[in-house]
Amino acid sequence: MHWFILKRLLVVPFMLFIFSIISFVLIQAPPGDFLTSYIAELTQGGSSVDQAQIDALRQTYGLDRPMVEQYFTWIGRMLQGDLGVSLEWNRANSELIGERLLLTLLLTTFSLLFTWAVAIPIGIISATRKYSLVDYVFTVLNYIGLATPNFLLALVLMWIAFDRFGLSVTGLFSPEFAQAPWSWARVADLMSHIWLPMIVLGVAGTAQIARVVRANLLDELGKPYSEMARAKGLPEWKLVLKYPTRVAIAPVVSTLGWYFPQLLSGGVVVSVVMSLPTIGPLLLRALVGQDMYLAGVIILLFSVLTVIGTLVSDILLAVLDPRIRMDGA
Amino acid sequence: MQQTPTAPDAGATAPDPARRFERVGEPILSIRGLKTHFTMDEGVVRAVDGVSFDLHAGEVVGVVGESGCGKSITMKSVLRLVQKPGRIVAGEIIYRRPASGKHKALEVDLAKLPEAGRRIRQIRGGDIALIPQEPMASFSPLHSIGSQIVEAILLHQDVSKREAKEIAIEKLREVGMPSPEQRFDAYSWQLSGGLRQRAIIAMALSCNPAILVADEPTTAIDVTTQAQVLELLKQLQREHGSSIVFITHDLGVIAQLADHVVVMYLGRVMEQGPVHDIFHRPRHPYTRALLQSVPSLHAEPRIQLPTVAGSIPHPLQRPTGCPFHPRCPDAMPGRCDVAMPALYAAPGGSPVACFLHHDHEEADDG
Amino acid sequence: MPEVAANVPDLDAPDVVTKGGASAVYVAPAWKLTWWRFRKHKLALVSLWVVVLITAIAAMPEFFATQDPNTTSARHAFIPPQTIQFVHEGRPAMPFAYGVVGQRDPRTLRMEWAIDTEVRYPVRLFARGFEYRLLGLIPTDRHLIGFAGASGTDIPNLLGTDRLGRDQWSRLTYGTRISLSIGLVAVALSTVLGILLGGISGYFGGLVDNVIQRLIELLQALPPIPVWLALSAALPRTWPVTWVYFAITVILALLGWTRLAREVRGRFLSLREEDFVLAARLVGASRARVIFSHMVPSFTSHIIAATTLAIPLMILNETFLSFLGLGMRPPAISWGVMLQESQNLQSVVNAPWLMIPGLFVIVTVLALNILGDGLRDAADPYSS
Ligand SMILES: Nc1ncnc2c1ncn2[C@@H]1O[C@H](COP(=O)(O)OP(=O)(O)OP(=O)(O)O)[C@@H](O)[C@H]1O
Ligand SMILES: [Mg+2]
Repeated sequence: MHWFILKRLLVVPFMLFIFSIISFVLIQAPPGDFLTSYIAELTQGGSSVDQAQIDALRQTYGLDRPMVEQYFTWIGRMLQGDLGVSLEWNRANSELIGERLLLTLLLTTFSLLFTWAVAIPIGIISATRKYSLVDYVFTVLNYIGLATPNFLLALVLMWIAFDRFGLSVTGLFSPEFAQAPWSWARVADLMSHIWLPMIVLGVAGTAQIARVVRANLLDELGKPYSEMARAKGLPEWKLVLKYPTRVAIAPVVSTLGWYFPQLLSGGVVVSVVMSLPTIGPLLLRALVGQDMYLAGVIILLFSVLTVIGTLVSDILLAVLDPRIRMDGA
Repeated sequence: MQQTPTAPDAGATAPDPARRFERVGEPILSIRGLKTHFTMDEGVVRAVDGVSFDLHAGEVVGVVGESGCGKSITMKSVLRLVQKPGRIVAGEIIYRRPASGKHKALEVDLAKLPEAGRRIRQIRGGDIALIPQEPMASFSPLHSIGSQIVEAILLHQDVSKREAKEIAIEKLREVGMPSPEQRFDAYSWQLSGGLRQRAIIAMALSCNPAILVADEPTTAIDVTTQAQVLELLKQLQREHGSSIVFITHDLGVIAQLADHVVVMYLGRVMEQGPVHDIFHRPRHPYTRALLQSVPSLHAEPRIQLPTVAGSIPHPLQRPTGCPFHPRCPDAMPGRCDVAMPALYAAPGGSPVACFLHHDHEEADDG
Repeated sequence: MPEVAANVPDLDAPDVVTKGGASAVYVAPAWKLTWWRFRKHKLALVSLWVVVLITAIAAMPEFFATQDPNTTSARHAFIPPQTIQFVHEGRPAMPFAYGVVGQRDPRTLRMEWAIDTEVRYPVRLFARGFEYRLLGLIPTDRHLIGFAGASGTDIPNLLGTDRLGRDQWSRLTYGTRISLSIGLVAVALSTVLGILLGGISGYFGGLVDNVIQRLIELLQALPPIPVWLALSAALPRTWPVTWVYFAITVILALLGWTRLAREVRGRFLSLREEDFVLAARLVGASRARVIFSHMVPSFTSHIIAATTLAIPLMILNETFLSFLGLGMRPPAISWGVMLQESQNLQSVVNAPWLMIPGLFVIVTVLALNILGDGLRDAADPYSS
């Protein structure tokens, strides 16, 4: 067990290194360095360029040095906890990201839990009642869930809430709490808002994972060990939950590896539509405004979260499946 | 009508003449006219189509037949383990449990019990235990074998978890599992095929069932291990006097183990009788063909072994009349391809389903 | 175990014949078996027709359009859908569409449109309209439907108009072309990449396999939308539409090939172990023969199925990108670009019909998914 986790942990720095390179390349991708465009923008806007500030920036990022050196300057500052400043907002990136990161994580985790809480039972019911009416209904719902872009679902739900009930279900907070410091009341307010984005974000994944669970469970139900458990005299539901289901959902846990990035990803779009104060809209704005250092930091952050997600899924898998756990021992 | 049986040279595989089992009293299990069909879009597969035989207490009944003839489905029907689209459409499966200890005597028709009900669940594992065809995959890979055996014990016996564990270890020891205390916590994929099969047998024995159903317990393991497992089963049978239904397509195994033999073909019983009769006086052409295809030490070396001519028809395309007639060397045109011979026992003899031996037709082939 | 082969009913399919009286049994090629199995899946068959229809629209949007999709008329903004009617004043009538009347709200100064039941435009099939080249070749002015007596801004807007008074139905038909073709081209690109790398990985194994597998894992661990966004944000704003189109396609394909590559590799590995491949090798078939006449045929149906399942994903991704303003940009028309018009609650409340392109996305993706599943099940009856 410890061996297994250790092996996984060793991969982490390597993954992070690669991701940081990818993020850096993405920062560099737009034509011209960001200072040039920054200056161009300022001049266009009619404001005078503060030469001293520009020089200072050029210095900190080492823009006149070779690429490789620039990368190491950048990553070095990152490692020291200096996430840089946003040119557009003129504020420290860390400050901009701060609470948004927390809310992003919260939303993503909630969606993930929602997905599992809904998809696994649906998968089990569908598989045990194969070709029944329930299975059929779930299959159809699954297809529709897979085909509906989450932003559209968000729009439709928002529209219905407004049209039918006169509710405006955007954001994660009521106006009076939006800027307020954290308090229990604010948490309660958050909870009363977060459930809709949580569902919207989780629907597509729920459909996907329910399918995976159904298919896996059908496979496992046909295996001799399921029959053997039945031959022991175990009641059907107990047998299904104890044996094949456990085998069938183990791979679901490992889907965390791709589902987590997918949720982070989808969150960007949903947040834009529902005006959620998460990282998504910030990223979009940074990209549109070519505020590449902010964008780079966010993408790197997403990558770090992904790596953590993968790690967690590996550990969970090892807990669930002794074959993996004992692999390294 | 009786043809001279082409005396099969079954020397090497012939049963031990010293072993004779006298059937007395009522059978512990009697199957009568059992039909289990699978209804599918493509048609109805009559996997089991009118099977009857008895098992007496302390007896070993061997069920033989080519692959796909319905041996497993017959025994799954007994345990009510047949999954949809399969269904028992006719017949009785009478189980008579003698009074023992705290159990009262019991006589039930298993075919009539609700499939998921409590009564059949108590019988499964508790009264009738299964040693499955695929020992490799019969343990869940995510649970230790010990926990799976303990589970079976807790389901049927009124003992604490601690006691259950002790019983489990005891059973593991009994089946010859080396260092059972450690193996208790092992996972099935950590064991070799032979040990896995022993663990399965331990699980089947854990609740002292009245009947053991062993479904080709040795096909999936290598020959040496096979011999060991068979030896184990023989020994257990001797010690406990268990009643066993032993399914196999290996006549050699039948000769070693069985007291009584049931020969199946395409979901029907072709012939049955005491093991000596089947080996030395086979009556049904199918039984004879089967016996001839067994290699023997006394046979001339390097001759080609006869095989049963032709191949098993597709399950959806059953021949009319006797299912064996297209492959039968003695088939009588106009008779065997028209009517289905009943499984009929002449007075003093054992049952056979062949017009060469009697003229009784199956009443209705519904 | 259930040994009733799933292709049993195929035995009585018409193509099974006995040649020349001898007992030579006709062996159907793999694709034919696949097709026989596919035919039984009714929902997939329906989906096939839906896909055919959508493809037809994508191929000849001009023919299906009723107006020029780029004509703007600010005065005619936000006209609600003028759907085709079959009943007039409680009595059945030949298909027609009502006209609309607009009135400026004196307070908000917005045009408020209402259906005008006095004016009726009968539907005509193969009517004359604006001129175009069918499939880019044949000059014509025929359109699938037209409205007698309507011209210019009077022409009924089947799905209403947008902020700039453009006809949504006509824009949808043009959008279908771009959205569908981006999906197809991106998938084609990722299929080539996927087969190439997956094949190399699966065939050679060892170190090569390891490297490629790690690369795939890395790419799959990237959160796709942010990366796509970043890449498309890097496209110069000054690029012409066609360049953007190809760039977006490449960007989508760049992260899209991994799934296919995994699939191909998996197939390759399992096929290598299959008995029939081993048998072919044992009887001395050459390497190329083993690959091309034994492995590839039992393989293509899988690739087709996997590809079909990849297209809807690409379509969704393009929609996401364009919706966020970083994919296709106006004046190009795609479903995502159209949906951008409905990006906030305000516009949706004012003109709910702006969400209709979303319905097209859903139907298309749904049909492609069902079709792909049907194909996969038909290609591999033992998988489910
Ligand atoms: N789930 C099922 N669906 C349809 N037909 C089935 C199913 N299970 C079994 N059958 C059919 O029932 C028949 C008998 O199967 P069974 O497993 O009892 O054979 P068997 O005698 O045990 O063979 P083997 O020696 O190979 O184990 C077979 O012809 C098979 O086609
Ligand atoms: Mg069997």
